[in-house]
Amino acid sequence: MNFYNTAFYISLSVCIFGILCRISTWFFRHVQTEDRVSFFPRIMENIGGVISVFAIPDIFRIVRKLLTDVLLQLHIFREDRLRWFMHMSICYGFLYLLLFHALDEQISLRFFTGYESTLNPFMFLRNLAGFLVLCGIGIAVYRRKKFHLLKKTNRKGDWAALLLLFLIMFSGFLLESFQILSPAIFDEMVEEYMRTEDPEEILPLKAYWARDFGVVFPQAPDTDNAELLEEGKGYHEESCSFCHVKPDAAFVSYPLSKIFRPIGNMPDTFRADRILWYIHVLICFAGLAWLPFSKFFHMVSTPLRLLKEKTEIRAENAAESETARSLGMDACTHCGICSQYCSVAPAWQVLGNPDILPSEKLASLKNLTSLLPFGKEKKISGFAEGSYICTECGRCTELCPSGINLQDIWQASKKELLRMRITEPHRQIRKHTVSEWASILKEKEEVSPEIRLNLTDRPETFRGCVQCTICTNVCPVVAASDDPQSDLDLTPQQIMNLMRLQMKDMALGARMVWDCTTCYMCQEHCPQGVRVADVLYELRNIASERMR
Amino acid sequence: MKYAYFSGCKIPTHLPEYDIATRAVLDRLGVRLADLRFNCCGYPVRHRSFEASALSGARNLALARREHLSIVTPCKCCYGNLKHAEYWMKQRPQLRDKINGMLAEEGLEWDDDVRVIHLLTLLDEDIGREALRSRVTRPLESLKVAPHYGCHALRPGNVVQFDNPLAPTIFENLISVTGAESRDWPLRLECCGNPLWEKNSRLSIRLMNRKLANAAESGADILATACTYCQLQFDKIRKEQPEKQRKVPELASVLYIQLLGLSMGMDAEQVGLSKKSIPDSIFSSSSIPEEHNKVLKH
Repeated sequence: MNFYNTAFYISLSVCIFGILCRISTWFFRHVQTEDRVSFFPRIMENIGGVISVFAIPDIFRIVRKLLTDVLLQLHIFREDRLRWFMHMSICYGFLYLLLFHALDEQISLRFFTGYESTLNPFMFLRNLAGFLVLCGIGIAVYRRKKFHLLKKTNRKGDWAALLLLFLIMFSGFLLESFQILSPAIFDEMVEEYMRTEDPEEILPLKAYWARDFGVVFPQAPDTDNAELLEEGKGYHEESCSFCHVKPDAAFVSYPLSKIFRPIGNMPDTFRADRILWYIHVLICFAGLAWLPFSKFFHMVSTPLRLLKEKTEIRAENAAESETARSLGMDACTHCGICSQYCSVAPAWQVLGNPDILPSEKLASLKNLTSLLPFGKEKKISGFAEGSYICTECGRCTELCPSGINLQDIWQASKKELLRMRITEPHRQIRKHTVSEWASILKEKEEVSPEIRLNLTDRPETFRGCVQCTICTNVCPVVAASDDPQSDLDLTPQQIMNLMRLQMKDMALGARMVWDCTTCYMCQEHCPQGVRVADVLYELRNIASERMR
Repeated sequence: MKYAYFSGCKIPTHLPEYDIATRAVLDRLGVRLADLRFNCCGYPVRHRSFEASALSGARNLALARREHLSIVTPCKCCYGNLKHAEYWMKQRPQLRDKINGMLAEEGLEWDDDVRVIHLLTLLDEDIGREALRSRVTRPLESLKVAPHYGCHALRPGNVVQFDNPLAPTIFENLISVTGAESRDWPLRLECCGNPLWEKNSRLSIRLMNRKLANAAESGADILATACTYCQLQFDKIRKEQPEKQRKVPELASVLYIQLLGLSMGMDAEQVGLSKKSIPDSIFSSSSIPEEHNKVLKH
């Protein structure tokens, strides 16, 4: 086995193994741990689902979706033309290179009689495909650098994927341009196709190739001698032209090679073209092996997710829903659209918890539900905060170009959080008494006190309070209680009194603060203009912040 | 007339009929709605962070401002929080500078020249009761309606400037436009209980039941709401409660805009009423043709 085959089979094995591992997680991963369906029944359920697709109307729908959503991605086209062009160039540019360049012996040679990589249109198309991929990478970088929000959610994985693609393309173009320059390759071709060692015959051809094909020879032939060139042209047409066109069809590599011409023959002395070939091939194989462990895995997962309707999953079928959720987590390309348009993105801007944004929350959920015993560095508290701040507006689900039913994932994970008793501060407050909370929350350092209205710290807020109890008397929560003192710890007017005495901590854990309906009856009725409800809001803000 | 339509987060996924009815009725009244990609109004996150809530609200105002449009929202909580954000942005220069600094990152700027109104204000003031009345072709005579105001549009009165916070009349006036009779009831200005749903659900339901009993005592056939959260509470959440715990009269809750649409001669389906059972009382009103009844009861 030579180097190429060995490297290829190693990376292919890693790739296949990785893909199988990741696919198996679709049947192992659980968002909801209650009524867990084990591996094999889950596979059977899903196979049942797949078989049901072969009902005739379903087949038509699937074929239509395959065409519009997977192959043409019209849903992205409708949303954003630039993004569509970006993805199409990368996807189809790369696909062309994979099938007709990397696999040319298996595909191009069989389907195109007389295929030669150095003939047109192949030489041109190869450059075009590479150029398109580079364009796509350029747009992707621009998107990730330019757009507000998006630029703050970029991850190393996003850049690594773009860098890898860029390196594959760039090393390819570099390789081709050094091949154009190389007299050693010229000599090899002469030996193979011209079958002569006579320098008299080779010299005119050298002159012709030095002028028209950009080869840089150690002893530059005379390219001004018209007679010599004419002779060289004759030899060229006789031996070379049937399988080698002028390299200007390589509209990227050829101009690139001109940049290196001034270096002269130096790269050829250590066969730079061969070194570049190894580099190019190794990067490609590294990419192949890395595919299942990187965001490139979306090539496998996203089409599958797209073929299912977003809301198609039978909600009552736990096995199918859980598999759809796991598949959804894997289908995420981290394109960031959901976060860019997330309804609660402003909350993230202020609170700074990335798990408020759907794309980041999904990654955290994937991490938290990971089957591996290691690498669960994500904190569930951050995820829970993000989950409860989400308003379930459904926009992420509506916009997701990968067709992930995020709404279903959020609802399921929120249920699981409730089952685990990881709740909002409103509920946590019942875990301790008001005086316990006073000591728990007193210890905590306040992260950013300047962000509030600071009503509670200003004596003038309460200066007018005469403890008339009107706020308590109009409060619907007090009215709904038979015994306010034990149900609510403190009444609104008692809380205002604590504020007057600058005993804020004593009020933070009072159930009255957390059971406030925010109806503003108290504030509206206060004869002294005390902002009673606003103060209760602020106490919740302070406690939430200290509880984080 | 063109407005930026602020549906809020809950309507698209949890209360689509409100969207259907609002769009259909406003379309008939010649009001055009622009859909900007608004974010959350900031009401839900206000418990956690005032500034997050203020940024959410101000960003929406800035989005509408960029398009030179007024905002209309069918939700009282969204309305309340947008006004709340506006109020504090006006009051606190320091807050304004900080928020505007964050908005500037995406080329937005808040200023105090954006008008925010609730759907009821649009109907009552911008279109006008007389104009509305002239469109009513099928008055809902003999229907007795208990208007449920919704707290966040009413109070704090100096912030939201919706109507008299303790003695409002806008809802009753608009109900009279449809030909129905509005009933006065003592708890009409109190909380529906929804703000505590999933936070203290028992208390949330208790508050709701108190109101329902009170409204039924007033002799109303139905409750009318003009707020996403109130309607969710009185309709969806109540229906999720186990039968046994529903000790109170089954007083159906209908969105005001749906009542208006029906009185303007629109079909039940056009105002998003077909999917659920509607009290016969609306349709026992003689002016509504029998076939609508059949559609609803299928």
